[in-house]
Amino acid sequence: MISLTDFMIVSAVLFCIGLYMIVSRHNAIQILIGIELMLNAAILNLVAFGRFDRMANGGQMFALFAIVLAAATTAVALAIILNVYKRYKTIDPGKIDNLKD
Amino acid sequence: MSMVQFLFYLMSFIALASAVFVAATKNLVRSIFMFFITLLALAGLYVLAMADFVAITQVVIYVGGILVLILFAFMLSGKENLNYIAQQQNKFISIGKLPAILLAALFLIVLVNVAINIHPDSLPWIKKSIAYKNYIQPDAAMTENIGVNLMTRYLLPFEAISILLMIALVGAAHLSRKEAKP
Repeated sequence: MISLTDFMIVSAVLFCIGLYMIVSRHNAIQILIGIELMLNAAILNLVAFGRFDRMANGGQMFALFAIVLAAATTAVALAIILNVYKRYKTIDPGKIDNLKD
Repeated sequence: MSMVQFLFYLMSFIALASAVFVAATKNLVRSIFMFFITLLALAGLYVLAMADFVAITQVVIYVGGILVLILFAFMLSGKENLNYIAQQQNKFISIGKLPAILLAALFLIVLVNVAINIHPDSLPWIKKSIAYKNYIQPDAAMTENIGVNLMTRYLLPFEAISILLMIALVGAAHLSRKEAKP
């Protein structure tokens, strides 16, 4: 039997790696991967705590919802990335500056 | 150390090491394929947390769907992209990345502090759930229960998320279609 603290620490480390990727990368696809890592850390917490909810299954159910939401976001985000690439010929978020003044 | 604990540490080591590699490497293709390994190791962790259905969903949707989508986007976005990445300086710790590392480290300290100080195994509702035997046993088959709950207790979120998924897919198809020449 694995304690919940272990799950929480693994998920915290994973979350911070995702955060680091989001802040430091110059590539929209890698930023997207960072977001996916953070979502997976959250799902790991949901699943670990959902073990203690056999009747209502709250944790596992919302883990499933979070996975579906991640799929939807990724589809939209990749469509946006392709459009941005078509217009600017780069996917570095720092170089996409038409909304700046 | 029991077998389950050994598997837990092995899986979490694989997941964290490959996640660090994903964050550290400059090569986007390698980063995507290591992300694949992270997701598979996380599916193993879900199995160890007695959530086998979620693990299968993870493999089907994340590994089968999202990763293929990311690979498609990467391959469709051309070779200037690759050249640009090759020019970047490749150091995990450099002065330009110091704020990011600082932010992530501070977040890590806060989160680990919370995880240790909250004593999650002695929270009141978890004690109550153990007392009433409301936790999942290793030999339980939960898929049927999940299906029943999905159609009764969580019917409204289920319908809402199905509509949202359809909207997102239609929106993605609309965004990525070719513009007609005016």
